[in-house]
Amino acid sequence: MHIVVCVKQVPDTKIIKINPKTNTLDRRSAPAILNPYDAHAVQEAVRLKKLVGGTVSVVSMGPPQATAIIKKSVEIGADEGYLISDRAFAGADTLATSYALSKALERIAKIKPIDMVICGKHAIDGDTGQVGPGIARRLDIPPVTNVIEVTEVIEKDKKVVIKRKLTSGYEIIQAQLPCLLTVEKEINEVEYSPLPNMIRAAKYESIIWTVADLENVDKVQLGLKGSPTIVGKMFSPPKPEGGIRLEGTANEQVNKLMDLLMEKKELFTLQTTK
Amino acid sequence: MNLSEYQGVWVFIEQNEGEIEGVSLELLGAGRTLADKLEVPLAGVLLGDGVRSLANQVVYYGADEVYIIDHPVLKDYRTESYMKGVIELAEKYKPEIFLYGATPNGKDLASAVATDLSTGLTADTTMLDIDLENRLFEASRPAFGGNIMATILCKKHRPQMATVRPKVMKALEVDHTRIGKIIEETISLKEEDMRTKVIQIVKDVSKKANLADAHVIICGGKGMGDLQNFQLLYSLADSIGASVGGTRDVVEAGWLPHHLQIGQTGETVTPKIYFAVGLSGAIQHTVGMKNSEIIIAINKDPNAPIFDVATYGIVGDAMEILPKLIEQFNELKNHTGGELSYV
Ligand SMILES: Cc1cc2nc3c(=O)[nH]c(=O)nc-3n(C[C@H](O)[C@H](O)[C@H](O)COP(=O)(O)OP(=O)(O)OC[C@H]3O[C@@H](n4cnc5c(N)ncnc54)[C@H](O)[C@@H]3O)c2cc1C
Ligand SMILES: Cc1cc2nc3c(=O)[nH]c(=O)nc-3n(C[C@H](O)[C@H](O)[C@H](O)COP(=O)(O)OP(=O)(O)OC[C@H]3O[C@@H](n4cnc5c(N)ncnc54)[C@H](O)[C@@H]3O)c2cc1C
Repeated sequence: MHIVVCVKQVPDTKIIKINPKTNTLDRRSAPAILNPYDAHAVQEAVRLKKLVGGTVSVVSMGPPQATAIIKKSVEIGADEGYLISDRAFAGADTLATSYALSKALERIAKIKPIDMVICGKHAIDGDTGQVGPGIARRLDIPPVTNVIEVTEVIEKDKKVVIKRKLTSGYEIIQAQLPCLLTVEKEINEVEYSPLPNMIRAAKYESIIWTVADLENVDKVQLGLKGSPTIVGKMFSPPKPEGGIRLEGTANEQVNKLMDLLMEKKELFTLQTTK
Repeated sequence: MNLSEYQGVWVFIEQNEGEIEGVSLELLGAGRTLADKLEVPLAGVLLGDGVRSLANQVVYYGADEVYIIDHPVLKDYRTESYMKGVIELAEKYKPEIFLYGATPNGKDLASAVATDLSTGLTADTTMLDIDLENRLFEASRPAFGGNIMATILCKKHRPQMATVRPKVMKALEVDHTRIGKIIEETISLKEEDMRTKVIQIVKDVSKKANLADAHVIICGGKGMGDLQNFQLLYSLADSIGASVGGTRDVVEAGWLPHHLQIGQTGETVTPKIYFAVGLSGAIQHTVGMKNSEIIIAINKDPNAPIFDVATYGIVGDAMEILPKLIEQFNELKNHTGGELSYV
């Protein structure tokens, strides 16, 4: 089985700082990491490979530095890594991102046909979760989002059985291969990389493509030009109006609160039941 | 693309086993405001198997029109089948704005539809407005961990689409006198063509009953000091029939399991009464609770940001205030000779 995982380099939002004056991201403050959900995606691909055999490739769209997360993916156990990097991709929203990545996937499929694509549930910076389903549409393969378990791979029938998280509970889905999954963190634990992987990763050279290396690309659909959405403005979240500050000693404040709550009966009718 | 051909505000009505999801009703409320500003009709889009009877409810909650596709293949949500129906409707009737709940299925569907319609989709929005002068939809979403809001525009493509977080918008009061137009469309779908099958749906009710549906929530923060003091919150909860939740710091300290965390990376809640006790009111917390009807903050620091969102603020030591409150509520209970419950 050939599984391709889409991996994105993101700033570590746990550490990210916002410049309060300009309302922009202070990029220097945040180290770049492999999107945490994508680490789980690579781990799952590696797990499935151990189960049924095959190859795990990863693909990323980003600046040249993004080869760092391809190395990281090789550490987790990926066999091959592709980076598509070109100024023409810059400023892409999710529509243009899924277009560029689907073109890279088509190219990879020529090298070796793809049986499954795995994405993270979302990237922690853009945080839309729209790229995975977008890629599935463009490749015309069924998407299964919010996956918490790949229960079974039935190779002879080219089918997989999957648990998909819902608002409350989950569903069990059978999907035909090739398909695209987006995975939740619950799907697995990202394991410590074994030493041979680390050594291989240290020496690994990613395969880097520009737009010219891809086929049948409609350049109008790339980057800023191919993006229907734009960021209009950034602003601080509105401060909600605070209400009444109760005064006095602890007893007085508590009594006052009880009075106020009794007055608000119409809102949340305080009922008594025997 | 001739933008003026596109008119009307649409809401995707998510239903599960014949029950409309709360977020869809909330979106009809939000959509009503947008449609009124633009002076266009508001429509609900309802897909499923045997869902015609739900159409009236969509009207009662604010829609002028309901587009229905009823087909056995649409019994359970699947991207392939639902997408096909929604795309056909949108191509035929050309709405200018199209809203979906930011639920697993709503996000999944909206992403697929946006790709086929080659239009923009703004994710997980929490504020919606119209720039009337340019007749543009302004969809805003928290960015970078909620520290900042970004307004996303889609100037040259239609429909302008957004997914909207549940529990942020308000549903209208149900109005049984409202009358709407029902438009039913047919679609050709064959089960054999479907590449995915839903084998089983497993509902998890335990979690939902706890926080999302609670009328009163007592939420504790790190200011409770330790696990033992935190138990005071359960006493208050017992005396008024409330559920207990906590901040992320409390969950990280191991005082509560993760599913009881309230905020951006936890649950979003909108109870009638929300007690915020010994918590500072960080933005990542308040995004998950600020739409509660009444917020009561108890904090010893008069400058704690939680007071900015609180309806009633008590500045004081929680260890002193809580026992007094518990006493008062218990007294009230004894006095009226029954259980207190909030409706
Ligand atoms: C503040 C802000 C708000 C934004 N809001 C929107 C919006 O509402 N709508 C919109 O269309 N765009 C929006 N964008 C643009 C969006 O972030 C970019 O299009 C981005 O390239 C992809 O979206 P994402 O980060 O949300 O990815 P997601 O869709 O969240 O990513 C899901 C998965 O797709 C894969 N993936 C995503 N990007 C790549 C990549 N470059 N290389 C390889 N795999 C990848 C990964 O597997 C990832 O886990 C916004 C950007 C910012 C900064
Ligand atoms: C990406 C991201 C996501 C996050 N998601 C969430 C989330 O989902 N939910 C969430 O809650 N947080 C979240 N956080 C964390 C958030 O930023 C805050 O750190 C957290 O909410 C603070 O928890 P707290 O209010 O309990 O603790 P603190 O901030 O330490 O506040 C304790 C408060 O208790 C008061 N206090 C102390 N002693 C007493 C006393 N005896 N009586 C009364 N008051 C007292 C203090 O004055 C203080 O205001 C997130 C952060 C990030 C970066």
